[in-house]
Amino acid sequence: MKTASMKRNRMIGKIVLYLLLILITALMVIPFLWMLSASIKNNADVFKVSPFQFIPDEPRWDNYVRIWTKIPLMHFIGNTVFLTIVVTLLQLITSSFAAYAFAKLEFKHKNVLFLAYIATIAMPWQVYMVPQFIMMRGMGLNDKLLAMICLQAFSAFGVFMMKQFYEDIPDSLCEAARIDGMSEYRIYSTIMLPLSKPALSTLTIFTFVNTWNDYLGPLIYLKTETKKTIQLGLKMFIGQFAAEYGLIMAGSIITLIPVLIVFLSLQKYFVEGVASTGLKG
Amino acid sequence: MEHVTDMKKSRKARERKRALVAYSFIAPNFIGFAVFTMIPILCAFALGFLHWDGNNAIQFAGLDNFKRLFSDTIFKASLKNTIIYCIGTVPLTMIASLALAIILNQKVKFRGFFRTVAFFPYVASLVAITAVWAMIFHPSKGPVNAILYYVFHVKNLPNWFGGSLIMVTLVLFSVWKYMGYYMVIYLAGLQGISAELYEAASLDGASTWQKFLYVTWPQLRPTTFFVTVMLTINCFKVYDIAIMLAGGGDGRLGTSSTVLVYYIYQKAFVEWDLGYSSAIAMVLFAMVLVITLIQFRGQKKYAGE
Repeated sequence: MKTASMKRNRMIGKIVLYLLLILITALMVIPFLWMLSASIKNNADVFKVSPFQFIPDEPRWDNYVRIWTKIPLMHFIGNTVFLTIVVTLLQLITSSFAAYAFAKLEFKHKNVLFLAYIATIAMPWQVYMVPQFIMMRGMGLNDKLLAMICLQAFSAFGVFMMKQFYEDIPDSLCEAARIDGMSEYRIYSTIMLPLSKPALSTLTIFTFVNTWNDYLGPLIYLKTETKKTIQLGLKMFIGQFAAEYGLIMAGSIITLIPVLIVFLSLQKYFVEGVASTGLKG
Repeated sequence: MEHVTDMKKSRKARERKRALVAYSFIAPNFIGFAVFTMIPILCAFALGFLHWDGNNAIQFAGLDNFKRLFSDTIFKASLKNTIIYCIGTVPLTMIASLALAIILNQKVKFRGFFRTVAFFPYVASLVAITAVWAMIFHPSKGPVNAILYYVFHVKNLPNWFGGSLIMVTLVLFSVWKYMGYYMVIYLAGLQGISAELYEAASLDGASTWQKFLYVTWPQLRPTTFFVTVMLTINCFKVYDIAIMLAGGGDGRLGTSSTVLVYYIYQKAFVEWDLGYSSAIAMVLFAMVLVITLIQFRGQKKYAGE
């Protein structure tokens, strides 16, 4: 008798759980599905909801072709791909490099140097973006992609995150390698790097996503149209052709694809990475 | 004797070599970090006490820039809106992300799929995703208002992007976009709770709700604390969400939707009043500093437990 009612309760619990999950998933996914659907419609049909057709009778696939001719999308994408790849690589290499020294080596002024990183980690970039711009302009970097690289490639966050991760790797591993006569560079590249896949994946996702999607940074620095990034370009297009919904949605889909690919290919390490790098506090 | 000094010498040389190796690991990042982050931060503090348009001669301003803040109504509106946005966003995002994490920590089918989907809004570009929101919540043509009209017979359809509702839209959008991110942090926290605690609670006959109240919630306190601090700091930095949802075609914000970072940007890069913009930036800094200090104290407390 008791087990029967318990079973029923558990059953109801399961059903409620799945209903909740479906509801939340719907809330998360509907805007993306709407975007996908609107991207192949003409402007007269984008808002039609009764009846709602996910794929219209005459899909406008040419929205995906026309958007390339309306704005210099190729330039925007090229710039953004270049920026994102260079920044992500620099961030991964320099952060993991510095973090190795902070976590596994003893040297003078270690604490002072690390304190410099810690002290600025919570400092919003928006507080110092103005003097930073004036300085970069003085260096002749205004309106240059190089400015965006300098701005985004060396973060305190990356060093801090990687250091937290390395500290959980036992010191004995490095000690044993040192006794075998391995140099620190070899220990870093043959022992530490292969072990840090979750942390590197997590840092890659964060850096890639932030650089790809950054808006305010490029808005301040990049003035010439051919140097702009995809976010600036898409916003510019929306400003000029506010009623071209089909085209705007096609452009939006194009800007989402690279980030989704990176995220989906690295996400299996992601929760583990967040858990093991001290990001949870 | 000579032998000892030799040993000392070689040990010193070895130590120096080790230090040089360590510095060579740090240098690539640290040089970039010092030049492009530390120097500008130091300049930001100085700039608040100057009058400068970025080209002509610099004048010392004393406390002028800070005094101006008190009588500047637009600044006050920016500060007020930013704080309202924080008060709305922080608790809602926290509750939503915790609930989501608890659900997705259960043994459910397609768990990986659901977790991935919940993270989509976070990785999606703001420009693209706000364009969709602008369509879905379109005052006269959007499906949300269509449902309000045809299903719920609402006569005065709300304008989600203007007037007093804009703050509500901003908060809703933020919760939707960022809950997946904080969910991952909560998931990591949940996985750190030992299963034995739940087993013990089950043996004592605790209900699901009691397990949450007496095991999950207290065990997650450090995580909740961290999430709250991160959320608050990120809310203070709000800028692009506001200009994309409330800025219309030209990206300008009126007094009902202006926020601190927008005002910093306007003063610096439109009006070139660099000293004054830095004074506003210092207010942002002061608020973040207070939150960070609270975090440090809290962390000490939790570490001591």
